[in-house]
Amino acid sequence: MEEKKYTQADYKSDQPVRWCAGCGDHAVLNSLQKAMATLGVAPEMTAVISGIGCSSRLPYYMNSYGFHTIHGRAAAVATGFKVANPEMQVWQISGDGDGLAIGGNHFIHAVRRNIDINMLLLNNRIYGLTKGQYSPTSARGFVSKSSPYGTTEDPFIPAELVFGARGNFFARAIDVDLATSQEVMVAAARHKGASVVEILQNCMIFNNGIHAAVADREFRADRTIHLRHGEKMIFGKDQNRGLVRDGFLVKAVTIGQDGWTIDDVLVHDAHTPSNFLHQQLAMMDGTELPMAVGVIRDVEGLTYDAEVSRQVEEVRARKGFDSLRSLLLAGDTWTVE
Amino acid sequence: MTDTKQRVKTLGQVAVRFSGDSGDGMQLAGNIFTNVSAGLGNSVSTFPDYPAEIRAPQGSLGGVSGFQVSIGSGVHTPGDSCDVLVAMNPAALKQNYRTVKQGGVVIVDIDSFKEDGLKKAKFQTDDAVKELGITAQVVEVPVTSMTKAALADSGMDPKSVLKCRNIFTLGLLCWLFDRPLESAAKMLRAKFAKKPAVYEANAKVLQAGFDYGHNIHASVSTYRVETDEIRPGVYTDVKGNEATAYGLIMASEKSGLPLYLGSYPITPATDILHELAKRKDLGVKACQMEDEIAGVCSAIGASFAGSLAVTSTSGPGLALKGEAIGLAVMAELPLVVIDVQRGGPSTGLPTKTEQTDLNQALYGRNGESPLAVVAPLSPTDCFDTAFEACRIAVEHMTPVILLSDAFIGNGSSAWRIPEAGDYPEIRPNFVPDEVKDSWRPYMRDPETLTRYWAIPGTPGMMHRLGGLEKDDHTGAISTDPRNHAVMVERRREKVARIARDIPAQEVVCDSPEAETLLVGWGGTYGHLYTAAEELNAQGVPVALAQFRYINPLPANTPELLRRYKRVIVAELNSGQFADYLQARFPDVNISRINKIEGQPFLVSEIVESVKELLNK
Repeated sequence: MEEKKYTQADYKSDQPVRWCAGCGDHAVLNSLQKAMATLGVAPEMTAVISGIGCSSRLPYYMNSYGFHTIHGRAAAVATGFKVANPEMQVWQISGDGDGLAIGGNHFIHAVRRNIDINMLLLNNRIYGLTKGQYSPTSARGFVSKSSPYGTTEDPFIPAELVFGARGNFFARAIDVDLATSQEVMVAAARHKGASVVEILQNCMIFNNGIHAAVADREFRADRTIHLRHGEKMIFGKDQNRGLVRDGFLVKAVTIGQDGWTIDDVLVHDAHTPSNFLHQQLAMMDGTELPMAVGVIRDVEGLTYDAEVSRQVEEVRARKGFDSLRSLLLAGDTWTVE
Repeated sequence: MTDTKQRVKTLGQVAVRFSGDSGDGMQLAGNIFTNVSAGLGNSVSTFPDYPAEIRAPQGSLGGVSGFQVSIGSGVHTPGDSCDVLVAMNPAALKQNYRTVKQGGVVIVDIDSFKEDGLKKAKFQTDDAVKELGITAQVVEVPVTSMTKAALADSGMDPKSVLKCRNIFTLGLLCWLFDRPLESAAKMLRAKFAKKPAVYEANAKVLQAGFDYGHNIHASVSTYRVETDEIRPGVYTDVKGNEATAYGLIMASEKSGLPLYLGSYPITPATDILHELAKRKDLGVKACQMEDEIAGVCSAIGASFAGSLAVTSTSGPGLALKGEAIGLAVMAELPLVVIDVQRGGPSTGLPTKTEQTDLNQALYGRNGESPLAVVAPLSPTDCFDTAFEACRIAVEHMTPVILLSDAFIGNGSSAWRIPEAGDYPEIRPNFVPDEVKDSWRPYMRDPETLTRYWAIPGTPGMMHRLGGLEKDDHTGAISTDPRNHAVMVERRREKVARIARDIPAQEVVCDSPEAETLLVGWGGTYGHLYTAAEELNAQGVPVALAQFRYINPLPANTPELLRRYKRVIVAELNSGQFADYLQARFPDVNISRINKIEGQPFLVSEIVESVKELLNK
């Protein structure tokens, strides 16, 4: 069969998109459809599985197999789906409440198990569909309808959770940065194993501007750093800032000042098995150090679905039973004439 | 009848109860005795009764583990009481002596009836038999010292030697019941295939137990047990939970759908996970997930992907799975949910049996959420009912809850290995060619109202399912009030029409004189059947209808219930099935027999309760 070329339109369903005007979800949908066209996997070989929340409506807008499941459980449904049919490309869409609060257990276990699914975590730090309660990624003291005097708890940092669960792939993008979003989605899909992509997504209605400090065009170049495997860790409007070693940590310096040269600037290695530096890079929050976007960690490992299939094939071949009856006849039996 | 000269008792049925510490290996000795008996052509029925604690304090009353087996002809229950009780220590004797029949025999390990053991079992005197007022024949056997003697030259450490005591009693019982030692030895060899030294030791002790019995021949009667006329074929011994697992595999073979299990360990259902995890050799994908919810959700994902998808659990797990089962109701995907019921509520009595999850299975979800419910009648019927659950799920695109229980799940029976052609093909409701062009996700078979199943990976059939209500025609999200009413009705009617596709309810023990119908469901069949036989033998004519299909009920149910003057529903709960029937058939005169003690019925209890109700 000749290779078919796909375009964004091939992945669009006939359903009208019903998110609020200006919602970051529109951009994510757009990026995902474009990434899929780049990947060239046929729509019928693609499954998009979500939980509950604004972002979890996404599967309805995709011309693929889709499943809008129940709150928090998308990772578990996607796991069973992928084990049952490893040939399909599986995307899981969750928000921060869906993925990290009610679905936190499934999230960390999907990551630990290294099931080959692409997990898009749309982080707007708020519950939008229920109209504005704080989420597990809302900062301490955050005022919302369910925390009128500010929250009294610390948030999760998604990357930290991924590394704690021994994740092999973590990437980050800002919703309105379509190019980076597509780049990391394509990388996530090409990575074999659980790939977590955190998308900093804006909720116009209940949490407008929550990511503005890093996302606004005005500061973005100075407050984010786009990491690319094998390239120097350089950032800034003038591309003259770099990350260098500082004992066990990293720090930001200006190249050409205080004796720092381009040779001192670290080269990003997304493929190194140790997550020590990856975690430091992922924890940078755009204040003292720039927030990292792009693929931060991308390490190969054994995937759950492939290992289950391999074991089944291996045991089948070794034991050689062709049916339930042949298995039972090989056990303790007696014959009644 | 008793042949006094040779001191051989010939019995139609005989029940033996092994009891000891939970670490004494009573289940193993009991299982081997059962299998050897089944191999001789006896019908068998077993009841393992073990404590929830893995290792309660040694010798304590709470740590007693039991295994009762009935062998003989026409056996349907493990027996209300036993002919022979083996008690490995004073605690086991105290917990079990009441189960011994008049004229029965108690075998005790006299070596354990020392001060320490008696104290742990809270005896006041040093004569346990007298203190309990036991009138049965008590045979004092020095099991511990004989086991030690048999293994004196083995070089084994004392702890390992003591672990062989159960096999000494097994050898003794093989002598008592004239069982061939070779088949017991063969099973031990299989059990300890990887530890030849352990096998050697056990084989030696087995022989020692047999020889001991032979040498005390004069002091106790031996038994000759009758065998059944059974259908020709190849037989094996099977536990209910294993049979459930095999039934699922058979359904996978007959439907051509790969089998997926998503599960989480929970007593008393875990053996289904264990068995299916082994069955990777038959292509089964069995995944132990992070929790009960992930178990069912991964199964729903696998079902969406086109597998025969199953999740296995017990009552507390079913509660956790409720929301996800509702998703399968809404998405109209096939799903088999196995609930091996145990005592509840909450953690309840995890190792004991009850039928208290019926209401949860029928009603335990939000919204109007109908699904099919079936319940196996016996350990071997777990195979047939699991197969049926799969057939209904796949051919009618619905979740099916299978209500097994701890009694039949752990109990075992001789089982004829099915032959090719014994079970029908299962036909998944795939999208037929003639509607492919006009197909929509909720397009239905006009006869059964079953949604057609389009499997991901198929070109041109991409669609989106979900928990939100969908439009009857287009399959898109719909909040239209009329549409919701239509969809609620479609889902209800689809499940109701399964009644057209299941066999009529059978009645057994029926006679023209029978004006009373005894009704049961699921795992109480053996006890109710034996009770019905007993009642008829006593001149109380009753018929029995044991329901395997709970929702929908077989189509002849109303006519059947109305045929009798009186209906008595006996169940191990406070009347959940009786309520269910009464709500549907208010004109039927329904009485109830209920027991909620975490234990199966006794035949005698049912016989007495029926007589009492009929005399009122």
